[in-house]
Amino acid sequence: MDNATVIERLRAELPDAVLATSEFRGQLSIVVAREAIVEVARFLRDDPELSYNFLENLCGVDYLGRDPRFEVVYHLISHSNRHRVCLKVGLPESDPSVPTLTTLWSTANWQEREAYDMFGIIFTGHPSLERILMPEEWEGFPQRKDVPLGGEEVAFTFNADRVYARKIFAGK
Amino acid sequence: MTITADPPKVTLPAVPSPKEITQPALEGRTENMVLNMGPHHPSTHGVLRLVVEMNGETVVRVAPDIGFLHTGIEKTMESKTYQKALVMTDRMDYLAPLSNNLSYVLAVEKLLDCEVPPRAMTARVLLTELTRISSHLVWLGTHALDLAAMSVFLYGFREREQILDIFELVSGARMMTSYFRVGGLAYDLPEEFPATVQALVDVMPSRIDEYESLLTGNPIWLERTVGVGAINTADAISLGLTGPGLRATGCPWDLRKDMPYCGYETYDFNVPVAKNGDIYDRYLVRIAEMRESVKIVKQALQRLKDIGPGPVTTLDRKISPPPKAEITESMESLIHHFKLWTEGFKPPIGDALAAVESPRGELATYIVSDGSPKPYRVHFRAPSFINLQSLDVMARGRLMADLIALIASMDPVLGEVDR
Repeated sequence: MDNATVIERLRAELPDAVLATSEFRGQLSIVVAREAIVEVARFLRDDPELSYNFLENLCGVDYLGRDPRFEVVYHLISHSNRHRVCLKVGLPESDPSVPTLTTLWSTANWQEREAYDMFGIIFTGHPSLERILMPEEWEGFPQRKDVPLGGEEVAFTFNADRVYARKIFAGK
Repeated sequence: MTITADPPKVTLPAVPSPKEITQPALEGRTENMVLNMGPHHPSTHGVLRLVVEMNGETVVRVAPDIGFLHTGIEKTMESKTYQKALVMTDRMDYLAPLSNNLSYVLAVEKLLDCEVPPRAMTARVLLTELTRISSHLVWLGTHALDLAAMSVFLYGFREREQILDIFELVSGARMMTSYFRVGGLAYDLPEEFPATVQALVDVMPSRIDEYESLLTGNPIWLERTVGVGAINTADAISLGLTGPGLRATGCPWDLRKDMPYCGYETYDFNVPVAKNGDIYDRYLVRIAEMRESVKIVKQALQRLKDIGPGPVTTLDRKISPPPKAEITESMESLIHHFKLWTEGFKPPIGDALAAVESPRGELATYIVSDGSPKPYRVHFRAPSFINLQSLDVMARGRLMADLIALIASMDPVLGEVDR
């Protein structure tokens, strides 16, 4: 399986879904329209020739100052072809939501929860989109670029209101 | 574009969140008992909390509650230069620090498109295979300990000590090694290295026989492990299970064979598989993997001898600093040294993912570069984190005691789960 065939098959099957393609160090990346991500992933998974049967990785990236600000990156592997493909979906700051892939792979469950926890990306249709690594009552999304790295003031019950009032990134 | 048909349904139930189990119990809407296990429980292998919904002695659902060890490693790495961010990777999977190092340096080297000299490549293979053995020894010891077989733990740690001594010999540290650097190794292997490794590979096969004689045919061990927590290949792939857990189901997927890195395709070794996907099969696969690793270590040791002394880092001065001796003689070397340790190197704009077969499964590092000397974004596909999701599916309908055996058989390292 080579990168050109994947692009060709995908463009023939879902012409409007592919927004851009690029190749860096032999790794194919495909920018996919947000509403088509489930359809694209399902085609890549179920097509007997392509058969990208394994969702290896799913994570968010925050490109602060760029439009669209957020990006969700998916890496799929085909066990039979020994080939990896990367899908990317751009999400605007005003509405950082994307359909969930938990309907295709169970493994998306926790990886999507992590992306929500760290970047505030909403995966619509996810069975239980809750925080996974950060404490439940923590406000804000820590891996966003506008959250400072140090100087985290610890909030206790008696001073939580005052501490959160001073945090510019907090508040949902 | 036609998006009409419903996507095919995933047949596996979704992993519940802790709240989904505790809430109905608090409101008195269920007859089932909710049992809290951890975060400080000896059999959870770290700070893992499990919220278990039970009907009598039978497990109905399990919700792992994680994040107690979350230290923001991915975020912290964004503020360090590429070379200095490396030390953070040791702290994730602290039982296999060199596998983490390897995954990270391979990703950065992919961004840079840099060549690594054969001596460094071979040393990397040798040391990561030793890491696999030492990590599996901890798994074996603690797994047996959880099922009340005390002595295996002591024997296993005896050999692990020998491997940690080798790590200390090469890097100065027993666990937080940071020995692999972008472009090669931190420094050359010491003179005593071949003899010390040879001493280990000479005894290791007979020691593995010793562990097996304690467990493989042991009726109590069989009673506790055979048929417990079985999972089939299709479910394992849907759950993202990798490593020995996946290979125990009969799927021979191993990145060292299927997407080789560091020249693994040139080594002669087998990928052990089993067929039932239960705890016992995972045990058999890991034991066989240790034997295969010894085989690879032997070959790598011979190759190091054949290659002989030579450079252990890339000769590209834009990535790897010049040797100390050169700095006093050459102005350019001094400038390179200064630039590298104050500013760092700048990979081109782009993103790269490099995956290695760590003892626990597929460990992948995804790095986004914005052309500056610091990574814009680093993400780890942590195998412990993703494998832990399948605990709920495996434990449903089993007894509480099986849950303990299941956690041990998945071999999670909480430092890597929480990062």
